[in-house]
Amino acid sequence: MSHSFDEISQQLKRRHRKSARLKWASMGALGLAGLFLVLFFADMLSKGLPAFQQAYINTEVRYTEEASRDGRQAFDQDLIPLISRTVVRVIPLQLRNNPEMIGTSEQRWMLATSEVDQYLKGHRNRLSDEEKAEIDERVAAGQVDLRFNKTFFGSGDSKIAENAGILSAVVGTIMTMIVTLLISFPIGVMTAIYLEEFAPDNRFTQIIEININNLAAIPSILFGLLGLAIFINFFGVPRSSPLAGGMTLALMTLPVIIIATRTALRSVPDSIRHAAFGVGCSRWQVVRDHVLPLAMPGIMTGSIIGLAEAMGEAAPLIIVGMVAFIPDVGASFTQAATVMPAQIFTWSGEPEQAFVEKTAGGILVLLSVLISLNAFAVVLRKKFERRW
Amino acid sequence: MLVGALGSLLLLLLGADIPPMYLLAASLVVAAAGLAVGVAQVKPHFHARQAIERVIRWVLTGAAMISIFTTFGILFSIISEALRFFQMHSFWDFITGTTWNPGASFLAAAGRGDGSSAEFGSVPLFAGTFMITAIALLVAVPIGLLSAVYMSEYAPQRVRTIAKPVLEVLAGIPTVVYGFFAAITVAPIIVNIAGFFGLDASYNNAVAPGIVMGIMIIPFISSLSDDVINSVPDSMRQGSLALGMTKGETIRDVVIPAALPGIISAALLGMSRALGETMIVVMAAGMRPNLTANPLEDMTTVTVRIVASLTGDQEFESAETLSAFALGLVLFVVTLTLNLVSVLMIRRFREKYRVNNL
Amino acid sequence: MNSQAPVMNQQHTPDVAQPYTRNEQACHDLSIRVRDLNLWYGKSQALKGLNIDLFQKNVTALIGPSGCGKSTFLRCLNRMNDLIPSVHIEGLVEMDGQDVNAGKMDEVALRRRVGMVFQKPDPFPNSIYENIAYAPRMHDLVSRKADQDELVEKALRDAGLWNEVKDKLQEPGTSLSGGQQQRLCIARAIAVQPDVILMDEPTSALDPISTATIEDLMDKLKEQFTIVTVTHNMQQAARVADYTAFFHLGEIIEYNDTKVMFSTPAQKKTEDYISGRYG
Repeated sequence: MSHSFDEISQQLKRRHRKSARLKWASMGALGLAGLFLVLFFADMLSKGLPAFQQAYINTEVRYTEEASRDGRQAFDQDLIPLISRTVVRVIPLQLRNNPEMIGTSEQRWMLATSEVDQYLKGHRNRLSDEEKAEIDERVAAGQVDLRFNKTFFGSGDSKIAENAGILSAVVGTIMTMIVTLLISFPIGVMTAIYLEEFAPDNRFTQIIEININNLAAIPSILFGLLGLAIFINFFGVPRSSPLAGGMTLALMTLPVIIIATRTALRSVPDSIRHAAFGVGCSRWQVVRDHVLPLAMPGIMTGSIIGLAEAMGEAAPLIIVGMVAFIPDVGASFTQAATVMPAQIFTWSGEPEQAFVEKTAGGILVLLSVLISLNAFAVVLRKKFERRW
Repeated sequence: MLVGALGSLLLLLLGADIPPMYLLAASLVVAAAGLAVGVAQVKPHFHARQAIERVIRWVLTGAAMISIFTTFGILFSIISEALRFFQMHSFWDFITGTTWNPGASFLAAAGRGDGSSAEFGSVPLFAGTFMITAIALLVAVPIGLLSAVYMSEYAPQRVRTIAKPVLEVLAGIPTVVYGFFAAITVAPIIVNIAGFFGLDASYNNAVAPGIVMGIMIIPFISSLSDDVINSVPDSMRQGSLALGMTKGETIRDVVIPAALPGIISAALLGMSRALGETMIVVMAAGMRPNLTANPLEDMTTVTVRIVASLTGDQEFESAETLSAFALGLVLFVVTLTLNLVSVLMIRRFREKYRVNNL
Repeated sequence: MNSQAPVMNQQHTPDVAQPYTRNEQACHDLSIRVRDLNLWYGKSQALKGLNIDLFQKNVTALIGPSGCGKSTFLRCLNRMNDLIPSVHIEGLVEMDGQDVNAGKMDEVALRRRVGMVFQKPDPFPNSIYENIAYAPRMHDLVSRKADQDELVEKALRDAGLWNEVKDKLQEPGTSLSGGQQQRLCIARAIAVQPDVILMDEPTSALDPISTATIEDLMDKLKEQFTIVTVTHNMQQAARVADYTAFFHLGEIIEYNDTKVMFSTPAQKKTEDYISGRYG
């Protein structure tokens, strides 16, 4: 009846191999997920980093009378196809503001067209062979070079690829996030305080709870439909505005903040509440003076994470019209604006090769902001982490 | 300021058509009022205290109601517009029709052409949606579940504390970024691989968005599965090991079956996430409604059509715009059902093993 | 299983490992031999130089105050302590002439021969039938369905559960009462036909009637198996065990014929414990 160890071990060999396979498979799965992440970031970096540099041409600019009408006249004839079309407007504008410059000339680094830029970066481009030869020559002479791309960080969107920047989207994102935070933070925290500290355990409370959990799982695009139908069409909030976008995102962020705040409130031990009640505090005083301050780091952490989530959201904003073409940095909460994810989406739809790089560059900016926010949240949590 | 923001939103919900400038002004006024209340309560008289307490309670209850208003707002806005759509086009055709061709509807809205030639059969959209979701789950469920198994059963503590947040990063990447990745990087790879096998693949094939969506939902599945596997009682593992089972057999035949309700729940959540995902498919999947079983062809999804019909220049009243709400309604019902089933399953698991941290 | 007299060990006198008084009715074929066994959890030593010979077809009870190391010792016998990363073990646990802690010993094979029943019954998440049939099938003990049915029935009969569950074999194991679940776990353990069954406070979570049933069962099972049981209930040890070992602070204070230990213990500490001075 009984088997010896050797007999059993013999039979076990096959089973051990199978068991090891599961271990390797599971390790492989995790490795695969990690590999995705690495490949993804490598891909984004390789595509997006070049966007932070832009081709410039060092040439003599002659501020002649003709140039004050058509900026292209300031350059050598053979350079005109290589220099960004933006000079058509930029140079006359400059001369109008500084009339004393007319008649002078200077050596300047001028923005090249995106074709030159793409050629220098080794991407697909539409330059002719002669133009390429011309550029090669000037590169050798140090007259054409890749330099830090001020335009990308310093200006808004443009249909001219080399002139397109992320700034208006960054400002739009900041304004939208201000609206989102102003609405969702107070309401979220108050809802959580109500549910954790005040609410009786009745049907009404349960309905609210189920509701909040469901809201957290509703596809984001449906919030866009709500924003469109109610905020814009019913209440007349201006379409494409940071106000409309921010309000829509606020409703999406609400459950995240509520859930985080409840967790933070729950982690404050009851002994603190009992002690405060014991010295005659009212329920609200207990919450305001004793519970909330202790829960604040947790609430902040949750809110930052919720904000980061909202910041990356594009679908509902597209529905409320925040994919508009915004060349100028926005100034008002009710004017049309765009946000970083929407800008990325818009650029990704542009057919020109140069915009691929812009898109990836925009993605890098967005990811850096999100990573910083999350890192900040983690640091905050670590710093205030408390064991009761 | 808390009260102010709340006030502005309440005003928004109550009064129609208030220009936003007034709204902002109004919210400032309410904020000032809130500040006054706040100052007043700093040194409350004893009898005033109860009044304040009552006000606070009402304000907090009001805040809690916002979440309910939101749900009803979504439901109301979607249903009312969807009903208007179904007045123009039959519900039955919408559910069973296999041709989605809204092209003619804007002509009708402009007073030209015959609106009835527009067709709104949503079957190809749902077919595309489910195809891409299925591909996403085929990627995410095995990888997510196996990762969870590794983290909870094999990994040393140190690996675990690193791996978990790293995986979460996958869920934190904005979907618009995934969309770009799918369209620019993954789709050409799929086309090349298909070409290598002599197959013809569209650059808007369903595989690329499916795979990338799968990567995105890995952490949804791994995180919840990891929690669930961790709450399977250790005594169950020991019971199996003490019978001379190997670790692999114990995991496969005891731990995973015990955790199954939670794992299914995680998969359903991931599925709901994939069904409602918008940016990845908008950027990487096709625009053409296409009823096919070949994932290498381009096909479109419900969310793509919602975006497409709302970003055009149509009148809001046009059938095409309203069709977005009809699609949204179906999406809402399906994802809500999935979420509820998922919650029920996890509750069953929780009751079975009396764990409270899920 | 023939090694009769314990092998002489230079460092230890055999009487340390042998029961102080022999129980003449008991079987004295050696099952597990333990010599100079030390165990540490991290830096704290939980078992200190244990020596004991466990005999076949006996019920040996391990008693002692909580935290004395009796459960830890039990788990050394089938290497369940391997699951705790901080555990470090030195010394000899020998079964069938092989050191169970040796590198070449497969702990899975060991557990196949040294089964275990735990304090809290936790049936597998499937049917009563599957709970029992699973392990023998994996061990290739049965190949045909009919053999499997027969084995399930035999295990359930041996565990005294057959009459209660024969009509609901396909119901989930968790649908049974606590006492039935524990007998299911015992049936599950004996179905793989081990040599030794370790029981870690098998009745502490059960009501008195279920406890009595399981005690009767142990008495029957010792005809086939070596049973080592940890109990905090001295009456239970007195009722079911042939030999009893008293643990205190990680040491075996006394190993003796159960009747003798509970009437005239050899050690003062044992007497103090039995008479309820501490514990």
